[in-house]
Amino acid sequence: MSAPRSREPRAVRLVLIGLALAAIGLFLLVPLAAVFVEAFRHGTGAWLAAVSDPDARHAVKLTLLVAAIAVPVNAAFGLAAGWALGKFRFPGRNLVLTLIDLPFAVSPIVAGLVFVLVFGRSSLLGGWLAGHGIEVVFAVPGIVLATVFVTFPFVARELVPLMQSQGTDEEEAARVLGAGFFKTFLRVTLPNVKWALLYGIVLCTARAVGEFGAVSVVSGHVRGATNTLPLHVETLYNEYATQGAFAAASLLTLVALAAMLAKAFLSRHAGEEAP
Amino acid sequence: MRTARVTPSLLPGFGPALGVTLLGLSLVVLAPLATLLATSLRGSPAEFLAAVTTPRVLAALKLSFLLSLGAAAVSALLGLLLGWVLVRYRFPGRRVLDALIDLPFALPTAVAGITLTTLYAPNGWLGKPLAALGVPVAFTPLGIGVALVFLGIPFTVRTLQPVLASLDPEVEDAAASLGATRVETVRRVLFPEVLPSLLTGATLAFARGLGEYGSVVFISGNMPMKTEIAPLLVMTKLEQYDVAGATALAVVLLVSSFLLLLVLNRLEAWAEGRRR
Repeated sequence: MSAPRSREPRAVRLVLIGLALAAIGLFLLVPLAAVFVEAFRHGTGAWLAAVSDPDARHAVKLTLLVAAIAVPVNAAFGLAAGWALGKFRFPGRNLVLTLIDLPFAVSPIVAGLVFVLVFGRSSLLGGWLAGHGIEVVFAVPGIVLATVFVTFPFVARELVPLMQSQGTDEEEAARVLGAGFFKTFLRVTLPNVKWALLYGIVLCTARAVGEFGAVSVVSGHVRGATNTLPLHVETLYNEYATQGAFAAASLLTLVALAAMLAKAFLSRHAGEEAP
Repeated sequence: MRTARVTPSLLPGFGPALGVTLLGLSLVVLAPLATLLATSLRGSPAEFLAAVTTPRVLAALKLSFLLSLGAAAVSALLGLLLGWVLVRYRFPGRRVLDALIDLPFALPTAVAGITLTTLYAPNGWLGKPLAALGVPVAFTPLGIGVALVFLGIPFTVRTLQPVLASLDPEVEDAAASLGATRVETVRRVLFPEVLPSLLTGATLAFARGLGEYGSVVFISGNMPMKTEIAPLLVMTKLEQYDVAGATALAVVLLVSSFLLLLVLNRLEAWAEGRRR
């Protein structure tokens, strides 16, 4: 694509570019740099010690476990929603689409509170589960549920519009040629949306790994037990273990940067899938 | 564009797919949110009203609404600047900067929170010179505003970019050939085109700011009546076993988010209509 002709005087253009650089530098680059400067303030040894501390390692494992459950659940839901809402029209479809977006609008604190209300000891369900030895709130299941809630729309909102715009011609052709549902889905539909699916999975993973507010409400902050990596960052920071907090934060920042890279790469391919 | 009708269609799998969708939606989103509403209705309406009109709750709501609104406005201005520069001008490093816009989306909120606090604290890189100028940032409402602007920037930039990219330069040429100055063209031709998207982006930033917790709790200082935002007060009430109070305030936040979603739907329809 050739550069669009610009119609401002050169001076105005330079001032605007300068202001934009200043804004990005001040608001985005400086904080990004600060994470790593603080993380390595006391050298590589201190950083290594902080990230290999048993509590930190437990937090990393728990965070990966939560993501390993939440992300596939979301991907499966997103594919089902893509098929039902992207390939078919039915009354109430717009309402379902709006409701799927709801978790994006709800405060993470409200999301966490909701699961405390549903599964807390004082609720019917929570009391019954506790009677059978199953703890949800202040335990891993609650963290997983809260994470699934906040990441719920990610895959679906990538797939529904794409599958809708691709229409049903190819699937109908596959059916006419004798392919069953699963063959049609796996051989025709899935290859058509694979980049958008991956794109949604990347966004979902980044959020699942980094979620703080909702998880903070349901976890109970037990070190070495229910602390995910973002909660571990908070615990250390509140104990004035600033360098340790930033060392853990630097791991999360690397995940964020990887997600941004993957997103930039995938969005180009995902764009090619739209007809 | 063709989409199959429900019946009769050659495509199978509508029933099971919709079933899974609705089941997931109900179990994960609707039933839990309904529980919240049901819990808040356990007391009388008077009790509910009393719980959400205590001076501390009102102060928190006012702070959250005003700061989110202010931050959304600043994000809108920055969004116009950044969107314009990134779409219209070519300069070295543009693509890297463009990719960086997503940082606040990708960075976990707790990381953003402790980083901004460290930067803007009285002894921080940015906080020290600002404090010397007599502008303390961390642990003041201004600090909360800074965190909310950080979060809001990608919302406004990313909603404005596609619209700015789709503007037809010939329209600007036409305005210029009819004698409009550049400023007049920008104000009377370009601005009305981008206004719906600008408002959409600002509303997204506002909605996000209203519910934000992680990037704000560290920098706010959390002083009741002064720098205590509404989501934090929900958390505090819950920790003090004031479930009724936490639930009532959460319902206010939930209803606000739902209303904002409806506003967003209208704004998007307006923006869509403009594009045709």
